[in-house]
Amino acid sequence: MTDFSAALSLAGSLVFQLDHRLIAIVLLSLRVSLLAVALASVFGLPLGATVALARFPGRNAIVLVLNAFMGLPPVVVGLTIYLLLSRAGPLGPLGMLFTPTAMVVAQMVLILPIIAALTRQVVEDLWEEYSEQLRSLGCGRAQAVPTLLWDGRYRLATVILAGFGRASAEVGAVIIVGGNVAGFTRTMTTAIALETSRGDLPLAMALGLILITLTIAVNGVIQLVSQHARRGMG
Amino acid sequence: MTAASILPLSLSGLSYSAAGQSLLEDVTAEFHAARRILVLGPNGAGKSLLLRLCHGLLAPSHGTIRWNADLPRRELRRRQAMVFQRPVMLRRTALANVEYPLALAGIGRAERRHCATEALAHFGLASLAQRPARVLSGGEQQRLALARAWVMRPEIIYLDEPTSALDPAATYAVEQAVQDFHAAGTTVVMSTHDLSQARRLADEVLFLCRGRLLEHVPASAFFEAPASAEARAFLAGELVW
Repeated sequence: MTDFSAALSLAGSLVFQLDHRLIAIVLLSLRVSLLAVALASVFGLPLGATVALARFPGRNAIVLVLNAFMGLPPVVVGLTIYLLLSRAGPLGPLGMLFTPTAMVVAQMVLILPIIAALTRQVVEDLWEEYSEQLRSLGCGRAQAVPTLLWDGRYRLATVILAGFGRASAEVGAVIIVGGNVAGFTRTMTTAIALETSRGDLPLAMALGLILITLTIAVNGVIQLVSQHARRGMG
Repeated sequence: MTAASILPLSLSGLSYSAAGQSLLEDVTAEFHAARRILVLGPNGAGKSLLLRLCHGLLAPSHGTIRWNADLPRRELRRRQAMVFQRPVMLRRTALANVEYPLALAGIGRAERRHCATEALAHFGLASLAQRPARVLSGGEQQRLALARAWVMRPEIIYLDEPTSALDPAATYAVEQAVQDFHAAGTTVVMSTHDLSQARRLADEVLFLCRGRLLEHVPASAFFEAPASAEARAFLAGELVW
């Protein structure tokens, strides 16, 4: 209990002092996770919609894999990316290991299946409702991909939020490929892991509170924007 | 657009069954250009099904659907339009909904805007052009669906009980639209439960009962002297089952 109240006051003072190390950590966390979400969306949304609408042999297997990979263990993703990027690995010459770029790649791999699998479900549900009307208007399955992505935009905002939640909360992948280098690849979650193992529980908890507050803020903003737009569009 | 008309449309021996149940049996008919054909019959007679088969939304279990012009499916689809009982509006403005099929047909932005604006005005929707389609009333949405069909200048339009959920004023607007399509030379194939509406609009009547085509006759003949006992009972307002 004392740890908890100490954490609260420490969190408060960290925020109000605008501690520059804290700000660097927060900004890096946001930068890495938002970039990972953006990239995963660019690939995941069309991929999910295509799997939803296309009919080809092996489709069920892909759906199964996407659904299963929603639960990919971050440490396994981290380890795989680590092996690929390590000096001896196939992508070693890129020199990306222990950089923020490597962290973006790892988080993107982690959330791409989440975004693709949830998009597939959303688009399949929409196709149920739209298919007769769209086919009547002369829209084939391939043309329905952009149409339904646009018409499902409010539901897909929630899908993207799910991806962001996963990215901002995970520690296993970024700590392996980023290395938790102070001032360079230290994020909120890796800092929490470090402070916990060091025994500075109030600091770890304070960082945790700030992380949760940020997550609520990001979700809140997107929810507000989405609700406002949805009310306008019916 | 090529000059050859896709009409007449010939249905021969058309059957459709689902889950082992025969829903439409051995329908043979021909739809000619510029006719108003009303499809009548009790619930479950297969009226909607027949419209969907003609439009190509469903594939028949047996029988053939033959168009006068031998065109690719995509081109055939483009010369037909359908207005559903409950039209699905895209989550965009009314104007964007009307532009949508034009965009699919590869028509340029400026011409799209021009044609869609004109179609909206034709159906009295000009002032609603920038409103999101999904917040329009049922009657306005149905008129929007008609405008979206109109903009493609179809040779044949199917209307599946388009007025069953509308108030009298909106129903009148739909009937007016049917006359507009007719005046433009479009063949209208429309199913309805409203007998007085059928009397007002029909050139020909197709009477279906339990998946069978019992009559396909000029409207006057159908309403004055129906040949089948089922049609007589249907017109008298008795339960036909």
